[in-house]
Amino acid sequence: MCKHVEILDAKTREKLCFLDKVEPQATIAEIKNLFTKSQGKSLKDEDVLQKLPVGTTATFYFRDLGAQISWVTVFLTEYAGPLFIYLLFYFRVPFIYGHKYDFTSSRHTVVHLACICHSFHYVKRLLETLFVHRFSHGTMPLRNIFKNCTYYWGFAAWMAYYINHPLYTPPSYGAQQVKLALAIFVICQLGNFSIHMALRDLRPAGSKTRKIPYPTKNPFTWLFLLVSCPNYTYEVGSWIGFAIMTQCLPVALFSLVGFTQMTIWAKGKHRSYLKEFRDYPPLRMPIIPFLL
Amino acid sequence: MAAAAATAATKGNGGGGGRAGAGEASGTRKKKGPGPLATAYLVIYNVVMTAGLRFNLKGIVPSSVVLTSFQVMSRVFIIWAVTHSVKEVQSEDSVLLFVIAWTITEIIRYSFYTFSLLNHLPYLIKWARYTLFIVLYPMGVSGELLTMYAALPFVRQAGLYSISLPNKYNFSFDYYAFLILIMISYIPIFPQLYFHMIHQRRKVLSHTEEHKKFE
Repeated sequence: MCKHVEILDAKTREKLCFLDKVEPQATIAEIKNLFTKSQGKSLKDEDVLQKLPVGTTATFYFRDLGAQISWVTVFLTEYAGPLFIYLLFYFRVPFIYGHKYDFTSSRHTVVHLACICHSFHYVKRLLETLFVHRFSHGTMPLRNIFKNCTYYWGFAAWMAYYINHPLYTPPSYGAQQVKLALAIFVICQLGNFSIHMALRDLRPAGSKTRKIPYPTKNPFTWLFLLVSCPNYTYEVGSWIGFAIMTQCLPVALFSLVGFTQMTIWAKGKHRSYLKEFRDYPPLRMPIIPFLL
Repeated sequence: MAAAAATAATKGNGGGGGRAGAGEASGTRKKKGPGPLATAYLVIYNVVMTAGLRFNLKGIVPSSVVLTSFQVMSRVFIIWAVTHSVKEVQSEDSVLLFVIAWTITEIIRYSFYTFSLLNHLPYLIKWARYTLFIVLYPMGVSGELLTMYAALPFVRQAGLYSISLPNKYNFSFDYYAFLILIMISYIPIFPQLYFHMIHQRRKVLSHTEEHKKFE
């Protein structure tokens, strides 16, 4: 004869779950399992009530995500900061370097080039946020904007300080090094943009569908053959290029930190691709071809 | 444990000889305390024990991994990056202050863990662990801050661990300013950790009281 099991919260004593039809021979482990399964995975906005695996009464568990802010707002704020801040250092606004350097200009070509590259990078990001990206989630927790802005703005100021410093030392291998680095940077920026466009085209406007991304006619997208997240691969490449161009340790450190974070994201994305699609291409690695 | 480490330091003359020698060579000055090598042993011991015991303790003691790692990191910093690096500071009383505070704390703490694992924890040990920190913690923090403060002029003079522009990696670091920043960071961090321990004390000791009532 089946039993009913009622599970209450130990502290608040409120009813968490009601399991009917539990076998008397069921172990506590099995009951625990039923409980977690009954909580289920989060529902999507598009789910239809009739299609859900519930009985005559549907019980929804409400989870307060806390204060939220839109992804677009966060992205625009976190990218506008570095764009503006770097220029403060580039133009040597007063109170940053000694007063005799106020509003002076660097005599090194690479410093001007670096400013163009850095600014281009963030302008590109802002435009992509406004016109290219299609977000799965509308919002993220509010505290993220403080965390993210500290990261982006902090690092931008730190890098810009040294690159635009009156005592800046240009790269050891001169123009050759700068040219190579610039080539890497430009290729990776184009690559990153191509991937963003390819990902956008996978998803019709206003929808939240997810499909496996594949290489298109654009050669930059052929990296999809080897990695799940070539946008991150290209992004790391851009910053490595920038680091070589400026030969600045803080830039290298920023690239490293960014790489670490993007690897975590890439691995997560790769895992969810594998879970969602049975026929996911086996050759692909998350972020670095064959390696990582 | 501190006693054992201290004897090891005085006996050890092989690999650690250089460091022990430097410590004892400032011998005309009255050197107090176990010396940097002994404390280094303590710290390494601390690190290994913490890492090893963490698993066991998860169930027995609500010991936060974050807080413990924080404490271990700060101790390693004080020992190696301040006291060991700035020889002139090693004969300061402030070093004695934090070494004594840490030593007593650790003896009690590891006794607590040991007895807990053996399921025979005398109330006195539990009481000591959750009460003596009230004095020992501020004592240790004072020792640490005073030591860092004492090290400052020597750091400035020697340009210790600092690099200035221009250089080919376009990077600079001022250890003096860094130390000051660390000292300032004690202001928000110390009260949090201290009140966390007070909170723990209330939870643990009142819990025992309840148990004793029902016996």
